[in-house]
Amino acid sequence: MVKHLLSIAMVLSVFSTTPALGKVIHNERSLYRNILVEDQGDVRCLKFNVKRSKSSQSCIYKSDPQRLVFNYTKLLFSGLLMIDEPKNVLIIGLGGGTMSNALHQLFPQAHIDNVEIDPAVIKVARKYFAFFENERIKSVVQDGRIFVKRAAIKNKKYDWVILDAFNGDYIPEHLLTQEYLQEVKSVLTDDGIITANTFSISKLYEHESATYHQVFGNYFNVSNSKNSNRVILASANQLPTSEAIMKRINALGDTLSVFGVDIKAIEASMTSTQDVKDWPAETRILTDQYSPANLLNN
Amino acid sequence: MTIHQFLVYTLAFCSGFCIMGIELLGGRILAPYFGSSVHIWGSIITVFMLSLSFGYLIGGKLSTKSASLGRYGTIFIFAAITVLPVALSAETIMEAIFLRVEDTRYGSLLAASALFFIPTIILGMISPYSVRLLVTNKNESGQVAGRLYFVSTLGSALGTIITSFYLVLWFEVNNVILSFSSILFALGLVAIIFNKIKPFNEQQELQGVAHG
Repeated sequence: MVKHLLSIAMVLSVFSTTPALGKVIHNERSLYRNILVEDQGDVRCLKFNVKRSKSSQSCIYKSDPQRLVFNYTKLLFSGLLMIDEPKNVLIIGLGGGTMSNALHQLFPQAHIDNVEIDPAVIKVARKYFAFFENERIKSVVQDGRIFVKRAAIKNKKYDWVILDAFNGDYIPEHLLTQEYLQEVKSVLTDDGIITANTFSISKLYEHESATYHQVFGNYFNVSNSKNSNRVILASANQLPTSEAIMKRINALGDTLSVFGVDIKAIEASMTSTQDVKDWPAETRILTDQYSPANLLNN
Repeated sequence: MTIHQFLVYTLAFCSGFCIMGIELLGGRILAPYFGSSVHIWGSIITVFMLSLSFGYLIGGKLSTKSASLGRYGTIFIFAAITVLPVALSAETIMEAIFLRVEDTRYGSLLAASALFFIPTIILGMISPYSVRLLVTNKNESGQVAGRLYFVSTLGSALGTIITSFYLVLWFEVNNVILSFSSILFALGLVAIIFNKIKPFNEQQELQGVAHG
């Protein structure tokens, strides 16, 4: 009897300490991960790792699907401070497809290639996150590295490459190396840019910083103290002057406000590595020969 | 245990260590060209299992003709040499395959075969050959084989964990491969030199007669 009461008490205490969980509307185990779609009030989230709270990959407001929920997704818009009108965009790592949708809405004429290794993620993005495809917007099931390698052989060029292939739990180590970034650089147009969602807490931060700097030279760190993400904004060419950036901010006006993006605030959170190099000079660069990313991420 | 037997066990341990170390690094080597999906491991493990199985067959056959510690050492020397392309020509080989084969499953299978098939066959020959060198009478043959598998599989377990936990954190992939090759080469030389000083087979035959 006492035992029963104890176990009931334990169950109750577990419930009371766990924050209210949303309603799971889709749950599947794919080749790569567990995929979960969860509704909590107005917010619908795509989750990969069920046990951790910080596992949401992509979220939308059901009542206002355009408005971006995640800060780091918003930070990716910093790319618009470096190019005028992207014509060919490559997105590595689909998530819920929110970035593709937003860019299509902004630039209906742009060609967007979404590359995602997990076909189940694409299916879920279509079904639950209104991921939109047409003759200009494509999704390809492939490893990001292989897609870029093949694109380079075919001489394809993109003016904006968005690297967002990390789910926080396991890091594909071959997508962090100097060689990979050089391959990415080789598919950029002369003035092409990249925005990369990277790690910002672990030791990996320094290694990634050193590696990106090695390949692209100086870049912008775009980060916000509110979250643990850092977006690297780099160019195949020189970084733009602050006048050029101000000009673009003015030109954009409030076109981004429908996405909940405050471009001025994003500009304010950008620091150039020309001014601040926040990694030790002797930091080892990640290469195909040396990339223990998952070990460094502890 | 005689010093010869100790040597054979040590060599078998090290070959087990190197086999799994190389297999583990195989995933890292193939990833830039064929990705890191589950089929990469399918390709690598298939190639290793297949070549080990051939290696056992060939090694066993080879051990029936004037087996000696010297010939045993020569197997290690060959293994050391055939492992070298894994470090020195992997890029060229993988690029050639990448350009010709679109499907990453068959691409990775071809690349894994090109890189690992031959050296793993040779490394696979070591186990049955070790048994031949260690067994002196029929009664203990099972026990000797059991002990040999224990030692070499323990080596494999350690090779796996040490490579994946530490070596990749400290060294470049190619340096680890080249170290494995050097270790195999050095061990082969030791066996050959030892055989010159004190031929193993004669001593063993004598022992065999004494036991019989």
